[in-house]
Amino acid sequence: MKGSGILGRTRLPEAWRQPLAVAGGVIALAWIVIAIAAPLLAPHDPLAQDLPRLAPPGAGHWFGTDQLGRDILSRIMFGARVSIPLTLLLVVLSVLIGGLLGAAAGYFGRWVGETIMRIADLVFAFPTVILAMVVAAALGASLTNAVLAVLVVAWPSYARVTRGLVLGVREREFVLSGRLLGFSAWRSLRVDVLPNVTGPILVLATLDIGTALLLLSGLSFLGLGAKPPSPEWGAMVASGVDVFDSWWVATFPGLAILTVVLAFNFLGDSLRDALDPRTARAIKERAL
Amino acid sequence: MSPASAPSNEPESGTAVQGPTAPVPRGRTGRGPRGSRRPLARFLARRVAIALLLALAITLVTFVLTNLVPGDPVSANLGQQALGDPAIVAQWRTDHGLDRPLPEQYLLHLEGLLHGDLGMSQQSHRPVADDLAEFVPATLELAGTAIIISLVLGVAFGVIAALRRDRLSDHVLRIASLIGISVPTFWLALVAFYVFFFRLQITPGSGRIDPGLSPPPQVTGLYTVDSALAGQWDVFSSAIGHLLAPALVLALYTIGLLTRFTRSAVLEVLGQDYVRAARAKGLPGRVVLFRYILRPALVPIITVAGLAFGSLLSGTVLVEAVFAWPGVGQYAYKSATTLDLPAVMGVGLVVGLVYLVINLVVDVLYGVIDPRVRVS
Repeated sequence: MKGSGILGRTRLPEAWRQPLAVAGGVIALAWIVIAIAAPLLAPHDPLAQDLPRLAPPGAGHWFGTDQLGRDILSRIMFGARVSIPLTLLLVVLSVLIGGLLGAAAGYFGRWVGETIMRIADLVFAFPTVILAMVVAAALGASLTNAVLAVLVVAWPSYARVTRGLVLGVREREFVLSGRLLGFSAWRSLRVDVLPNVTGPILVLATLDIGTALLLLSGLSFLGLGAKPPSPEWGAMVASGVDVFDSWWVATFPGLAILTVVLAFNFLGDSLRDALDPRTARAIKERAL
Repeated sequence: MSPASAPSNEPESGTAVQGPTAPVPRGRTGRGPRGSRRPLARFLARRVAIALLLALAITLVTFVLTNLVPGDPVSANLGQQALGDPAIVAQWRTDHGLDRPLPEQYLLHLEGLLHGDLGMSQQSHRPVADDLAEFVPATLELAGTAIIISLVLGVAFGVIAALRRDRLSDHVLRIASLIGISVPTFWLALVAFYVFFFRLQITPGSGRIDPGLSPPPQVTGLYTVDSALAGQWDVFSSAIGHLLAPALVLALYTIGLLTRFTRSAVLEVLGQDYVRAARAKGLPGRVVLFRYILRPALVPIITVAGLAFGSLLSGTVLVEAVFAWPGVGQYAYKSATTLDLPAVMGVGLVVGLVYLVINLVVDVLYGVIDPRVRVS
């Protein structure tokens, strides 16, 4: 009794035919390779302090060195091993927690739903960085606590979206007939409802990878995340504030953040177009 | 998590199959499905009641959060020598109400709030309310300028992109807006400061006005408005100059967000039969654009604008740090890192309440523009 649903079957192949999706995919893949192969690719030890200090970008050090004489290119490569896995983990956890709560809120309605959504509203009542900052400060400055702080502010958007989608699907004929055939609430939710809400959640999650990385590196920039000497990108940008004249110290780690976020935003945006029935047809026609 | 994820965050995406918002004749929708009378008034009353409850909840959350802090505020605020003297420590705890049970501390806190008392900042040794009164206008001036820039540019770019769909300008705007929402704000602030102040010396440096000038007499706390009221045009131009760079940096993200969102909202309306009908009966393009396309498209745009304001308030923490802008963002950061509990509570409370009011306004506008929202 599965209907075609709001978004129908996923149309991933079309998503890949868009130049932006290809660009995003290639950049994201490149960063994942860099993260995995950092020990092989990096020209220097990211923590070794034996190089000339604040050397400008040149043949020996493509991105220059920082105030402690560490190679910035190597630090950025090793930084990918800090930021990228943590960000992905963060988004997966947010989707699981927010999605489950949101589905429960949408499906069971009245007071279970109201309670969950009011808690979500409470989180939404604070601008993200302010709340994350207070939580991170309350827990103590560390990368783990920064991740927890981002998680606290991240789950409600999934709860809201999932609830909205479930509400839209809940009253449709194929769900109702499933219930009439004797499906339990849980089975109906799992078999009939969830497959029809995964598309938008996937889009949201892809776009959220960028947001999560921005927030996480922002907390580190404020000194509430990664501790030195960890090569975390946000903390590296922060260290550039003190040596303003040596522009390369802050510029390159910032570009690393920008390219990763941009890659996932390119992907997410293309994915949204491909999954949206209103634009999907146009993409298909163009691709043919 | 943040407005970046908002585009699919709206009820529209769930109800897309039902078609977009059309300007429905008023008479038919003035009444709910069960015939309830005056749905708009009921809708407003319900929203205001929810907002009041949320406001109370915000006071509870800020209170509980700041009391979860494992760090000991006593050791954070007293010198090494004073810490060695139990009498001084006990006196300090009594002075700050830390020896009472938590529920009692909360009630004391609430009672103080009703009198406008947010406690004493442990860092500045001044009432938090006074600190905030000094810093809030600076942040409102910055965030207000940024939201105006974002709304004007974001909606304009979005409409252009939608009307010129799949042409070069649409593609350029799409990539530009995606870059806009991908740039780390704190990094962009640094780069802008370095390039435009340090290298090119086009923009003035940090702070709200040039160091040689004294602030205008305080009326609103907004330097641009106050200096204009006092007729101090040198201060006015200095204030504008100092405002521009941080406001633009802050606005970039929300411009990108609103462009993307306006584009999809307008596209959704553009293909509707009633738009075609309006064109077919020969209405001028301007009328079709503003009355038939923009009005229904405004519903999702306004929602995102409310969320965008939240991200602006967030962004101020990062931008103010770089531009040494003496606002709430910087105050919040300093208070959080020094465990200045009353100050953190004050910031969380005030920023939370400002955001709450913005969202209430958004909800109300939503109900006014789209009659269907009132009855749900």
